[in-house]
Amino acid sequence: MSVRLYDIAHARAGDKGNLITIAVIPYDPDRYPRLCSVLTAQRVADHLAERVAGDVVRHRLDNLPALIFVCPRAADDTVTTSLFLDSHGKSLGSALLELELEWDAEPEGAADAAPNGGPNER
Amino acid sequence: MSTGQARIGCGAGFAADRIEPAVDLVERGELDVIALECLGERTVALAALRKLSDPAAGYDPMLRKRMAALLEPLNRTGTRLVTNAGAADPLAAARMVRDLGAELGVPTAVAAVTGDDVLDRIDLSAPAWEDGAPLESHGEIVSANAYIGADALLPALRGPAPVVIAGRAADPSLFLAPMIHLLGWETGDWTRMAAGTLAGHLLECAGQVTGGYFADPARKPVPGLARLGYPLAEVGADGAAVITKLPGTGGRVDRMTVVEQLTYEVTDPRAYLTPDVALDMSAVGVREEGADRVAVRGARGRARPEELKVSVGYRVGFRGEGEISYAGRGALERARLAAEVVRERLAGALPRLRADVIGHSALHGDALAQGPDPYECRLRVAGIAADRAAAEAVGEEVSALYTSGPAGGGGLRVTTTEVVGVLSTTIPRERVETGVVVLEGSAAA
Repeated sequence: MSVRLYDIAHARAGDKGNLITIAVIPYDPDRYPRLCSVLTAQRVADHLAERVAGDVVRHRLDNLPALIFVCPRAADDTVTTSLFLDSHGKSLGSALLELELEWDAEPEGAADAAPNGGPNER
Repeated sequence: MSTGQARIGCGAGFAADRIEPAVDLVERGELDVIALECLGERTVALAALRKLSDPAAGYDPMLRKRMAALLEPLNRTGTRLVTNAGAADPLAAARMVRDLGAELGVPTAVAAVTGDDVLDRIDLSAPAWEDGAPLESHGEIVSANAYIGADALLPALRGPAPVVIAGRAADPSLFLAPMIHLLGWETGDWTRMAAGTLAGHLLECAGQVTGGYFADPARKPVPGLARLGYPLAEVGADGAAVITKLPGTGGRVDRMTVVEQLTYEVTDPRAYLTPDVALDMSAVGVREEGADRVAVRGARGRARPEELKVSVGYRVGFRGEGEISYAGRGALERARLAAEVVRERLAGALPRLRADVIGHSALHGDALAQGPDPYECRLRVAGIAADRAAAEAVGEEVSALYTSGPAGGGGLRVTTTEVVGVLSTTIPRERVETGVVVLEGSAAA
């Protein structure tokens, strides 16, 4: 079974220097642990490969809960020097929400221990 | 001085923001202070460039219009205003506002906060954060502005001037400084600096915490978006804050809008660095406290960074752009053909060139642009070159598509603009000398 990220989460993109940030926030906090295990930094990097250059770092904010993905941009793709129509990258949150995720049956309760996201976790 | 609570509003979140929500906040918000955040990372560099050709144009071009609407209600309600709209020339901005007050019959003292311009005191051979290459190797440097903090704004707030105009003050510092002043905080109290910075961070983009940059009819509807109210924070002596908006305005303030803004432009939630503090958001709690009221608490702070971040502007060259539309059967194929024509015509003429089809793949490239062909689409070609003539060739080639390109091209638009790049570096705090110049209000223009 799979779900489209748009159907279970909302997102906000921002930019700072040569980085684009995209926060992903599940509508239902109970889905956060599963989201942590399937929405890895690598998954995001692969999906946004046309715009993201290099390793994506994922930050977990279990207290909200929310995930923040920090995505590096190409050296000549800064807000002022970008040739992209959306020079800021503000529309990238919508691009990320198009992602289809493998989603097994919902876990019972919140027993799913949120696993670590790998080497790019902070 | 302290009544135990500070009411701080945000009346602008970027240079081109709406004006009337700020007027409404001043009229009805019972605010102590309204702050206007009007600088993006590149805005100061662009202002510095304007100043080179027109010495009177170094501050935010919309500031006069904003202040013309705000001076009378500020005066009537006793609300103070803090802004970074001084951009590359806070002193000239302060003179303009003082003179405007005289002209409008609202004599107003204005304080200018100076010292963020560090072009004469940074090491241009230092590496840029972005790529490690020396700053000066990127091109002609036109500006260097240090992100100054609440400590630079406080001397102005401790004086009597109702209006305080800074240049590159950090966004959250515009909100934190009034909290420190009103609530009697110590600037070395990292927990309160963090709490105030968190509230400032939530306010600084104005409508982005009240439903702007959020609305999506299918999933996240926002009532009254055209009448979006801008936010205010009620900040307690301990730093706990409630984010809210005025009754009767459009928009929404709830867990969802607040969490989105909390995470906005955050590259490290455990060390959100400002000139004032290192803010740790990892224990922040967000709780709805009634309609359009959200309480935030639990910010943790560590000592502020030793050095200040500096934004350095440099001349990149010129961007040429051209757009033309195609419709009906085969529109996408004709737009792609037009792109091929322009690419072939401009081969080698510009170091950087890009062609996209708006309505299809312009935002995120071909990989994500699957699905049925659009009824209409728009070719967009953009290129950057060091000299204006080379950049203008983009518009010329797109224009030529009218008669020499694919069938049915219409709606031509072409532009050429100068491009300023922005790099980052740091400067030791002791090398930045901020100051305050107070211009007394005068009754005659």
